[in-house]
This record gives sequence, structure tokens and C-alpha cells, in this order.
Amino acid sequence: MRSLILLTASRLLFPLLLLFSVFLLLRGHNAPGGGFVGGLVAAAALALHALAHGISATRSVVAVAPLNFVALGLGCALGSGLVGWFWQQPYLTGLWTSLPLLGKVGTPLLFDLGVYLLVIGMVAHVLFLLWEE
Amino acid sequence: MQAFLAITIGCLYAGAFYLMLRRSIVKLLLGLGLLGHAANLLIFATSGLVRFAPIMTEPGAATPPRVADPVPQALILTAIVISFGVLAFSVVLIKLTAAAARTDDVDSLRTSEM
Amino acid sequence: MIREMLLVLPVLVPLAAAILSVPGSLVLQRRAAMVGLTGHLVASMLLLAVAARGEVFAVQLAAWPAPFGITFVADTFSGLLLASMSLITWLVLLHSTASIPERLQRLTFFPLAMVLLAGVSGALLTGDLFNLYVWFEVLLMASFILLTLGAERPQLEGGLKYVALNLIASAFFLTGVGLLYGSTGTLNLADLSRRTSELPLSFPRIAAVLFLLLSFGIKAAVFPLFGWLPASYHTPPAAIAALFSALLTKVGVYSMIRVGTLLLPQPPEALTNALLGVAGLTMVTGVLGAVAQTEMKRLLSFHIVSQIGYLVLGFALYSVAGLTGAIYFFVHVSVAKAVLFLVAGELERQYRTTDLTELGGSYRTSPTLAAACFVGAMGLAGLPPLSGFFAKLQLVVATLEREAFFSLVAALLVSMLTLFSMCKIWAEAFWKAPTSARVAAEDWPPAMRFATVGLALLTLLLGTFAEPLMTLAQQAAEQLLDRQAYLQAVLGGP
Repeated sequence: MRSLILLTASRLLFPLLLLFSVFLLLRGHNAPGGGFVGGLVAAAALALHALAHGISATRSVVAVAPLNFVALGLGCALGSGLVGWFWQQPYLTGLWTSLPLLGKVGTPLLFDLGVYLLVIGMVAHVLFLLWEE
Repeated sequence: MQAFLAITIGCLYAGAFYLMLRRSIVKLLLGLGLLGHAANLLIFATSGLVRFAPIMTEPGAATPPRVADPVPQALILTAIVISFGVLAFSVVLIKLTAAAARTDDVDSLRTSEM
Repeated sequence: MIREMLLVLPVLVPLAAAILSVPGSLVLQRRAAMVGLTGHLVASMLLLAVAARGEVFAVQLAAWPAPFGITFVADTFSGLLLASMSLITWLVLLHSTASIPERLQRLTFFPLAMVLLAGVSGALLTGDLFNLYVWFEVLLMASFILLTLGAERPQLEGGLKYVALNLIASAFFLTGVGLLYGSTGTLNLADLSRRTSELPLSFPRIAAVLFLLLSFGIKAAVFPLFGWLPASYHTPPAAIAALFSALLTKVGVYSMIRVGTLLLPQPPEALTNALLGVAGLTMVTGVLGAVAQTEMKRLLSFHIVSQIGYLVLGFALYSVAGLTGAIYFFVHVSVAKAVLFLVAGELERQYRTTDLTELGGSYRTSPTLAAACFVGAMGLAGLPPLSGFFAKLQLVVATLEREAFFSLVAALLVSMLTLFSMCKIWAEAFWKAPTSARVAAEDWPPAMRFATVGLALLTLLLGTFAEPLMTLAQQAAEQLLDRQAYLQAVLGGP
């Protein structure tokens, strides 16, 4: 049951939603948003894509097994805590620096990125599993 | 507001226990979901139900005299995320169980206790 | 700085091993798990070495000062449990490389076991009540999947009960946390301890503590909340059951003792009496359930419940002697129970069943296994000079000190019934004439042999060198009841 309306809409909305999820991720430190919400929006984009194009098409868009996203995200989040050790700070201490072009970046951003990836991977994993039953 | 919230929390707990005491697996799962909501709402109620300024303001601005407590909301968010994951697992579990046992009746799930 | 790193390494190392090996092959996952476990063992031994000098040390994660951030803290109690659990997990996972079918190992068994260990370590080390909830959920999530690994029908049915009861316990935990935060405004355990001794006793705080104890009681499987344990623990492969018996219920009792001693410096008489009653009933009902069983893994599951009763007894006595006994008992029972589950695993491999009525004559075919089983069984029953004797002796002395004669009678009676039930296992599985033929032709795989014999030797060592461990346990008990060192390490100041 392919719907032309849904197909067209998802073609427009899918990149837009992904972009919006990145926007949420980046503004999240001091304003509403963050890795968790961003990840959920990105996962919702995947769900929309799967509704319109079928689950196998979405699988090929994601390209790798969602569990790898979970592992990578968890790795980013845990790794961001280790940075503090090099400056004799306790685990998970937030450290910030300014980089050219990028602006202010720091370990909390890396942590948020980890959460973002983890949520995408986790929701996509559940989605694929339940959808393909 | 406080009375309203108290009654809602009470209803949620009551509904959760009622559902969990039914014999259907699906109702057991719904009951567990409600129980989580009840606990979350209880934590929310501990924040005081008052409107104060947010604790984070623009850099350099003076801190307002009374600020709202952000901790309960952080706790609830964490608890919601966890219950989301656990619920996803439980749905798969009851689906597999119901398929293997061919029944929705909790009382007949006794093969592991024979 | 090194100490601050030591406090988070037991959580980080297993998680890192799990993350790095999840996308890889089974061989990689297995190797990563063993490397991660070795790292965990080294870290927790170092932690214990520092804690054994009587120091309590803490780290404030993300450098947030104490009541606001998450604190990780280690004292002798958590160090001792962490080190013993680490060693047992190391041996049990070594056993599982050979005993768990490869079909099941492929379902990310090793990464899940690592996540379980990380969750347990986090729960032992955290100094924050809400963080404790989070670690509980981490270890529960891993245990849900491990329990239902392979999705056989009994596993699913037992798993459903396990999941449902544990989710109810988690909701009670949250309820307790909410009430406690509402009435005190903090969730840092040390800060809670300090404030509750200043504030007058109020209804929400009593309700909160009761909710927390109820939640830990479900997780620890005490009377009358233990129904989920014998329904589920015998369904997965024996190595997984051994892992669960060493880690899961023990964390429940650990939290009960940790939160109980911090939040109730002088517990009301009614509460300790109720706890004594619960402990006695847990011991008695557990062992009576075990006596009625003929399936070895189910029988052992009932014994887990019965032994939990001894741990709760030590806590309910609320004295240095009682807690010393409970802490020694922790180490002893984790080891002895793991031996017996691993023996059950080998019998299952040989005969494809662990029903005692169908087993027999294994004494002749596997004498080493018989010896290991004998040591584990007699250790659990509490015969000198094995570890169980000193653990129970200490608890008996503590009950006499408090003149809790009903508990004393229950403890001794249950000990006798445990001995009977252990003799039944040994006589049925090893001594009587064989009733069915061995199915497995190959020999005992070396990994399984090493793990089982190693744990049996550990039971012997714990008994013959009981003195140093007992001294450590006493130091841990004194720290628990004194609380000053803990408060000072977390909050600073006098």
C-alpha cells in the first residue's frame, strides 16, 4: 500500500527532520533540546521513511546494523568522560575550548552526540525488529 | 492543584494494581506502564507545584531570588527513558510468551514451575 | 587521582569491553570479555587493597560538589563485595565459554554479561540514591535478556514473572525516591543520612524508607516476595544461573544494608523485629521449598532464597557482630552457590538433565566433579572447616548477643535441613547406582573443569584462612554502623 502523498511528503520531510534533529542536538546545552530529543526526532524521521518506502529501503538508508550506532554512541558518551583525566579532573568533568570555524566545543557536546547516536540506534533497532515480525 | 494531582496519582496507582491483578498478560503490561507513570507523577509533585524562574538564566544576569527546582524533572526524564526501554523489551517478551504458550492467561503459565 | 580513577574503572572497563566487541565476531566478544573481566578484577582488587586499610574514598563525578552531583564512593563493604563478585564472574564466564551452546553465545551473550557486571559495579559504588536506581535498571535490563536467552518456553514464562516483579520493585523504588526527595530535598546518600538525623521523623520519610525496603526486598527475594526466583532462575543454562545467584539478589541485599544503615541510624524496635521475622521466614520457607524438589537447579534456586534469609538476619540484628557475619556470609555464599550451579552445569552436559531421580553413579565416572560438589555442598551446609561454618558461627554468636532466640533456632534448624538437602544432591547424583546412561562422550572441557575446581578450592581457602576475611568483614561492619568515615569522605568537613 504505497501512498503517493506519503511518498512525496517523506521525500521532503526526511532530510528536513534529520536537519532539525541536528539543530536540536546542537542547541541543547543551555536551551530546550539535546541529544535525546534530537535522536528521537531522527528516529521518527526513519519511521516516516519506513512507512513511505518500506522497511527494507530504510535498512539500506541506515546502511549499518543499528546496534553499531548504540555501541558508537555509548563509546562517545563514555569516552567524553575520560578527557577530564588528562587535566587531573574527575571523570565526566565538562571541558570547553574554542576551535576556528566550529566555535565553542567541549566534552558535554561529545556526550550529547553519544546520546544522540545511541537513541537513534536503539529506536531503529526496536523499529526494525518489530516491523519485520 | 495539589489535591487534583494527589487524586490523579492515587487513581494511577489504583488502576495499575487493578490491571496487574487481572489474568491477562497484556493487562499486566499496561498495569506496569501505569505504575511507572504514577511514580513519575509523584516525583513531579515533589517539585512543589509553584512557578518560579528557571535556574539557568542568560550569562551575566542576576540570579532570581527564587528558582524552580530542576532536579525532579531530570529524574523523571531519566525514569521515562528507562521505562521506555524496558517497555519495548516487555512487549517483545509477552509477544513471544503468548506465541509459545498460545494463551493470554497468566495463571496457565506454569511450565517453568512444574 | 589514581583513586578517583579506580572508583570508576570497574564500571568503565566492562562497558568498554562490551561496546568494542559488539560489532565483532563471537571469538572477539569472548576475548574482549575475558580481557575486560581481568581488567575489572585488577581494578577491584586494587580498590579493595586501598579500602582494606580502613579508608573510605569518594569521587565527585563531573567535579560537582557533593550533594549536587553524583558521587562514587568505596568503603570496605563495597570493596569486598566488588572484589569477590569480580573473581566469581571471571571464573563463571570462563566456564560459560565451554558450557553455553555456541548458538546462545552468538546472541551477544558476552557483551550482555559485561553490561550486567558494569551495572552491578555501579550499584555497589554509587553514593546517590537515584543513581542506584539507574544502575539497578542497567543490570536488570541485561539480566532480562540473559534469562530469556534462546527463548525456550519455560524461560519465557519464568522470565515474564521475573520481569513483572522486578518492574514493580523498580516502581516502588521510584516512589520511595520521590517521597524522600519531597521530604528532605536531597538524594545523596551521605547527605540524606546527615539530614535525617537532624530532621524530626515524619510520615513521608517513614513511608519512603518502607517503599525502599520493599523494593530491595523484592529484588533480594525475601519472604513473602520471592516467588519469582524459583520460577525463573532454573530455566537458563547453569552458568547464567550461577552468575545471577552471585550477583543479582546479592545487590538487592547490599542496597538494603547500605541504605538501611545510612537512613536508619537507630531503627525502631518494631522494624528490626519485623526484619528478624522476615529473615527467619525466608530461611525456613526457602529451605522447605528446596527439600521438596528433585530437580537440581530448582533445588539450588530455593536455597538461594534460604541463604538470603541469613544475610537479612545479619542486617536485622543491627550490630557489628551481625553485620560482620552477614558480610562474611556474602562472600561465602556467592562462592559456594556458584560451585554447585557449575556442578549442575557439568551434570547437565553429561546427562542432558539435572533431575536428581534420573542421575546417579557419577562418583565413579567423574570423581573430581564429585569432590568439587562435596566441598561446595558441605560448605553451603556449614561444616567445619569450610567457609559456611565460620559464617554461620558468627551469625549465631550475634543472635545470642541480641537474645533473638527464635532467629537462633531458625538459623540452626535451617542449617540442618540444608545439610539434609545437600546430602540428597550428593547421594542422588553421585552415590546411588546409575539410572540413565551418560549422553555426552567427550571429557569435561578444561575451561569448565578449571572454573569449578577453582571455585571449590576457594571455598576451602575461605574456610581455612577465615581469620583475615573475618577481620575485613568486621572492619566493614564497624564502618557501616559508625557512618562518620563515609559521611566525611563524601561531604568533607568534620
